[in-house]
Amino acid sequence: MYSEKVMELFKNPRNMGEMENPDGVGTVGNPICGDLMTIYIKVDGDRLKDVKFKTFGCAAAIATSSMITELAKGKTIADALKITRDDVAEELDGLPPIKMHCSNLAADGLHAAIEGYKRKCDVERASYGMPG
Amino acid sequence: MNLRIIKDEKMGSVEEKMKSAKKRVYLDHAATTPVDPAVVDAMLPYFTRFYGNASSLHAYGREAHNAMDEARKNVAELINAESDEIIFTAGGTESDNIAIKGIAYKKKKGYIITSSIEHPAVLETCRALEREGFEVTYLPVDRFGTVYPSNVESAINDETILISIMHANNEIGTIQPIKEIAKIASESGIPFHTDAVQSAGKVPIDVRRMNIDLLSLSSHKIYGPKGVGALYIRKGVRIEPIIHGGGHERGLRSSTENIPGIVGFGKACELAKKRMDKDVPHLFKLRDTLIPNTVNTIEESYLNGHPKERLPNNAHFRFTAIEGESLIMSLDDEGIAASTGSACSSKKLEPSHVLMAIGLNEVEAHGSLRLTLGRENTDEEVEYVLEVLPEVVERLREISPLWKKEFEIERWRKEMEKR
Repeated sequence: MYSEKVMELFKNPRNMGEMENPDGVGTVGNPICGDLMTIYIKVDGDRLKDVKFKTFGCAAAIATSSMITELAKGKTIADALKITRDDVAEELDGLPPIKMHCSNLAADGLHAAIEGYKRKCDVERASYGMPG
Repeated sequence: MNLRIIKDEKMGSVEEKMKSAKKRVYLDHAATTPVDPAVVDAMLPYFTRFYGNASSLHAYGREAHNAMDEARKNVAELINAESDEIIFTAGGTESDNIAIKGIAYKKKKGYIITSSIEHPAVLETCRALEREGFEVTYLPVDRFGTVYPSNVESAINDETILISIMHANNEIGTIQPIKEIAKIASESGIPFHTDAVQSAGKVPIDVRRMNIDLLSLSSHKIYGPKGVGALYIRKGVRIEPIIHGGGHERGLRSSTENIPGIVGFGKACELAKKRMDKDVPHLFKLRDTLIPNTVNTIEESYLNGHPKERLPNNAHFRFTAIEGESLIMSLDDEGIAASTGSACSSKKLEPSHVLMAIGLNEVEAHGSLRLTLGRENTDEEVEYVLEVLPEVVERLREISPLWKKEFEIERWRKEMEKR
């Protein structure tokens, strides 16, 4: 059902854990549906210096979270915003069709974290939570 | 540790085989059971040697017919029925369909009483009948998953044609007071059906003493082959067939009989009856090691279902802040086969209707784990699970943003509604 890459990242997720003093935080999903993902970013200039995550959800949700941290780390904010859900799924050698919609939230999570970062720059506090 | 070793047949050299040998513990007996080797031995001659059609008049046909008679007797004896009260079907789901639709179509209209925690084979059959104009009451259960006989009694009206309440729940293992419910049905002159797919061979069943009119059984849950089941229909209870054809099984289930399957099912019933005195205490012992050691060792872990009135082989837990599918996948990686009521593992992407019916919220339902024991499980295997489970739960909680966090489900529910 899952690709080897999904299983590997599910078992050994990279960049997992809460970030101290993040510059942006984005939470997506809904625990009622069974998936909730928080992405933390640290920004240096216009680049994402560090990306971390915490996820409640299925193996696909955990693997996509791990994958997005690796895809986004070191990228400029503009490039990070170009990462799509499909990019994440492709990097994982595909996801089961039923998981494409509900668990493939990591790109949204990253975008939410960036939005949080931008709002903070606009003096607003990093917005927590963009459910749905 | 003396765990069973299963080698990957695909691997080449002996060394490679040894390296790939992995501890495996099967704890999903509510899903299906291995076929007992004695059952396989009983079945084999009926594929190649005694392959006749049981309806044929010649010797081949008689051999098949005799084997079927013997099997029918064994099935009947497991539940204290008469042989001619048993019809063979293709499985538990079909038995439920034949029983419920069979009564409904005979009566042509009326009310059906069932519970909200039935297996989909009963629930979806009732929903289909609702679309055809029948009316159905789905009785609630308490937090342990018990249907109250008093609720059944007050749901009965003049037009009630059938009461169908499962004997034991397939997810949380709660055993229903079906003797009391059947008594109420019988006193009101209403046929009573029970789905005994999970309880047969684990809980004594006596259809006479328990006043049961219709009872569904499945072979593959009791160490028999898949694709075979039976329906007990008490003498005098009239049902309309839903499968028409050559008039097999007293015209109630046409189709050439699956003789090897039926022979295997008969053997499985014979073994289940013989072994019950030994198997059930063994299951109780394993279950009663598994449950307290899990809930006492793992923080914020809870037992779902009834603490006492539950199947001897069922342990059903929920763990705060983790999701069931990732729990199953993690356990699978450690060689442990289990099951969950989480939405992510279901085809419908909805949390289990049983867990919702006992009053859990969606997030609690997502964190559920079902471990169902079998006769071949050992003390060592349970010990292994008790070693692995806390580690797996802890790892997933480390990843989870919900663990040890204030969590308002209402806020998320509102977000859901906004969409």
